Amino acid sequence: MAVSIDPIHQFELKPLVSLGHIGNQEIAFTQSALYMFAAVGVIALITIVATSGRSVVPGRMQSLAEVFYEFIADTLHQATGDGGKRFLPLVFSLFMFVLILNLFGMIPYAFAVTSHLIVTFGLAALVISVVLIYGFMKHGTHFLGLFVPSGVPKPLLAILVPIEIISFISRPISLSVRLFANVLAGHIAMKIFAFFVVQLLLAGAWSVLSPLPLFLTIALTALEFLVAALQAYVFATLTAIYLNDALHPGH
Amino acid sequence: MAQPNPLTHPSPSSDTQLGTQTGHPAPHGAAFPPFETHTFLSQLIWLALSFGLLYYLMAKVALPRIEAILHDRSGRLSADLAEAQRMKSEADAAGAAYEKALADAQAKARDIAQGTRNELSAAAETRRKALETELNEKLAASEATIRTRTAEAMGNVRSIAGETASAIVERLTGQAPDQASIDRALDRASPVH
Repeated sequence: MAVSIDPIHQFELKPLVSLGHIGNQEIAFTQSALYMFAAVGVIALITIVATSGRSVVPGRMQSLAEVFYEFIADTLHQATGDGGKRFLPLVFSLFMFVLILNLFGMIPYAFAVTSHLIVTFGLAALVISVVLIYGFMKHGTHFLGLFVPSGVPKPLLAILVPIEIISFISRPISLSVRLFANVLAGHIAMKIFAFFVVQLLLAGAWSVLSPLPLFLTIALTALEFLVAALQAYVFATLTAIYLNDALHPGH
Repeated sequence: MAQPNPLTHPSPSSDTQLGTQTGHPAPHGAAFPPFETHTFLSQLIWLALSFGLLYYLMAKVALPRIEAILHDRSGRLSADLAEAQRMKSEADAAGAAYEKALADAQAKARDIAQGTRNELSAAAETRRKALETELNEKLAASEATIRTRTAEAMGNVRSIAGETASAIVERLTGQAPDQASIDRALDRASPVH
């Protein structure tokens, strides 16, 4: 089949098994779902299979699992203090899931699951739901104190409270769009610059210029690896910060 | 899906297994895939299933296990450090005990040597004294013997001299001198005792 030069083509979902429709929604096991379960498998490989020896002196894979664990546990502890430990499975799962899916996206021809807004929004909605549910369960209506900055004169509250509420509502949007947009833009940029190389090579005398986009593609690829890890970290850190609001609503 | 940009050169990247969206034309033509809303429910379902599975595995298996490993290791480390500390203090105590035993033994050896030396010199002293007194006694006895012998000899000398003088006088004069004059002459001749 003719290859798509279209940089958007890489984000198409390809149903592997179609399971029917609900309304206008097509329910299908796509390559995206396959990558999600593959990520779960890889994470289980690192954190469960590699640690099955429970060695006091760890091997490489067990070290990797321990490094991830300590990294996320430290991040969570810094953001939420001692009370946040119950959220470690959530933050750890989010970090590993986003990290592995981002890195999967860096494999040539592979699909970047996190380039779909609905996936990142699903994760962000999960985070905000946990914050809301836990916040109201733990603090009841005191949780609404989150929106009322303390030590502010009454008239100012009329302005500040709506701002706080808007800022809270925008959290899942910013959390999901940040990850989605980074991955999407990075993959589009890589594809475009890589395609420039091909186009220049086919353009006769212009082909002498083809190393330029090649170097750019290489640099972009390195940058995208950084972005893949950084966005997973940002996602986990922001999750920890939002969870801190559920634990300690006072300003 | 319609390709908006149908370039014609053959692709090295056949990155699809199936024709795109087989039998299901996208509602909006060449829509931007992340915004094709008809895929959202499906994606959310698979996301919920896979992430739920991941969360379950992490919460129930992976994280408790890693935490136990780390806890076990830090416990093992501190226990080992405490053990090493204990052994070091034991070794220090053993070293001190050794030093003390050595010093004691040296002192004892010195005492024994000194005692032996004292004993030996005392024994030698008593032996020497005994020998000295014995020798002194022998000397005194010998001196006494010498004196008696000398006295005896001197007594004998007087009688021999008297007899000799009497014999000489008798030969010269033809008559023996009386004993009294001989005694006088002998008294004059003999040195004062």
